Amino acid sequence: MESILKVKDLCVNFATYAGTVNAIRDVSFELHKGETLAIVGESGSGKSVTVRSIMQLLDRNADIASGEIIYNGQDLLKYSEKKMNDVRGHDISMIFQDPMTSLDPTMSIGKQVAEPLLIHTKISKKEAIEKAIETLQLVGIDNARERINDYPHQFSGGQRQRIVIAIAIIGSPDILIADEPTTALDVTVQSQIIDLLKDIQKKLKMSIIFITHDLGVVAGIADRVEVMYAGKIIEYGEVNEIFFNPKHPYTWGLLDSMPTLNVKERLNYIPGTPPDLIDPAPGDAFAPRNEFALDIDFEQMPPFFEVSKTHFAATWLLDPNAPKVTPPASIVARQKEFKKLTKAGE
Amino acid sequence: MVKYLAKRISFLVLTLFLVASITFFLMKLMPGTPFSNQAKLSPEQLDILNKQYGLDKPVFIQYLSYLWNMVQGNLGTSFQFNNQAVTSIILERMGPSLQLGSQAMLFGSFFGIILGAIAAIKKNTWVDSVATFFSILGISIPSFVLAVLLQYFLAFKLNLFPVALWDGWNSSILPSLALAVAPLANVARFMRTEMVDVLSSDYITLSKSKGNSKWQTVAKHALRNSLIPAVTIIGPMTVNLMTGSLVVENIFTVPGIGEQFVKSIMTNDYPTIMGLTIFYSFLLTVVILIVDILYGIIDPRIRLNEGGK
Repeated sequence: MESILKVKDLCVNFATYAGTVNAIRDVSFELHKGETLAIVGESGSGKSVTVRSIMQLLDRNADIASGEIIYNGQDLLKYSEKKMNDVRGHDISMIFQDPMTSLDPTMSIGKQVAEPLLIHTKISKKEAIEKAIETLQLVGIDNARERINDYPHQFSGGQRQRIVIAIAIIGSPDILIADEPTTALDVTVQSQIIDLLKDIQKKLKMSIIFITHDLGVVAGIADRVEVMYAGKIIEYGEVNEIFFNPKHPYTWGLLDSMPTLNVKERLNYIPGTPPDLIDPAPGDAFAPRNEFALDIDFEQMPPFFEVSKTHFAATWLLDPNAPKVTPPASIVARQKEFKKLTKAGE
Repeated sequence: MVKYLAKRISFLVLTLFLVASITFFLMKLMPGTPFSNQAKLSPEQLDILNKQYGLDKPVFIQYLSYLWNMVQGNLGTSFQFNNQAVTSIILERMGPSLQLGSQAMLFGSFFGIILGAIAAIKKNTWVDSVATFFSILGISIPSFVLAVLLQYFLAFKLNLFPVALWDGWNSSILPSLALAVAPLANVARFMRTEMVDVLSSDYITLSKSKGNSKWQTVAKHALRNSLIPAVTIIGPMTVNLMTGSLVVENIFTVPGIGEQFVKSIMTNDYPTIMGLTIFYSFLLTVVILIVDILYGIIDPRIRLNEGGK
């Protein structure tokens, strides 16, 4: 698989009154051409910070301490602000979580959608508006032509997210970053938006980075999944490998707390809270909440162990010397499912 | 829009009617009569004067006839200033005051918006601190103190402007400046606060993610969305300007309307007080109407629902 974006050893710190927060710690991943990569994790795990580092849209107190973000063979982190402006909205664009607040309330949607074209191409205003109408039709806004001069408050939440998507794709970017684009929407609208994104991806051949904390959404859209915890990626692999053959106890916990249609008892959850990243403890950040934690987990950061060519997990449980543990029942069931799947695949 | 304007103008008329009525009765409650400071008049002469000005009739009849005259555009004749018609006093004196007021307002709002925006963009830097310091200074210093300082340094010491003279635009600069500082400082404070909020909103991040530079983002998306509070205070600021101009006009010997107002109150000059009060109220209601129309222009969400989609 050809990769279009490479993030290497990214570290991001935030200066706060309480001290320096190590929000992103040595994150590396690759985005392949044409794929949808999901980054999952709970709130505060660093998903958004990671993608905002790619766009360099971090708050002023953020500091990208080290790392490389390679796009088209060049490190975006070395780009000047001016050069970065040419990348944003043209090569890489972004969709945000809350469609109710991500549109300018005092500008007509036509102008807002046409804006990226006017910034990046030498196109007349009229042509840009014409292209905006086309793009709005593509994302499923009815009567786009008649509504081009309407303002955001005249649209529903789902429609607004479609408009935000139109803004993101009008410049035909190579990479679309979707930062929890469905979190603020109704479940029915959620699935419409996901279908729309899939559809657009096929038509425009984009690569998508999709951030979410909702594993149900991941199953519907992703080709590959990266699981993040406390500013680190702790497991990654193809979507089936993560869903049916997870290796990291944190991924177990996430999957185990997913509601299913036949849950009769209380929903499972991961006990405890995410760690303080001002002074991260040595070892695996998840260890204090991990019922399967080994002594070494508290002392030494686990390296990535290879599960398959595409699947890696950072847990000492995969060390040849580690004791065998039995994952929660639901995970065992998933692993059985996985064996069937792989057999069927062979 | 036409329907809306018609509605607003009828409210404006109603407001003016109420102002006229309340002022009329309040004034009647004031001690003294227009002629009480002319002690030499005999009771007979007073009777004649009262009769001539209709002051012998019952208050309610006086009120009705006043309203009737007002509708016809006649605000009566001044008791004190050589029997001049009040309308002509106002028209004569209005020019310089309106000129000062609007110059101060335009200058103050324009630079207030810029100063506030810059402070917000450079939040928590020395630029912000300097801007904040000057806005607080501007709010705290009364316009008449500033007027005297400007007069002393720029006019008297440096001879850049006339000290106290009303002759051409050059002579309007210092009084306008003195009046402009308070609106400037206030607008800047409101602008900064709102803009800091706006700059942290999602659509600003979206604007940057489109490839807009920082300044393009401010110009295209942040400025307009931050304007509402600044526009809101234009109303109260106008009132401040009116009262502020009373003293500032005096300092620079501007033949404005403020000075007239003070004089007429001192002498119980009923028609002039009434006329000026109604004139000031008219100005204020018009300013408020303009502010409301500006709201709609700035923010489509505030536009009227009627006929809307």
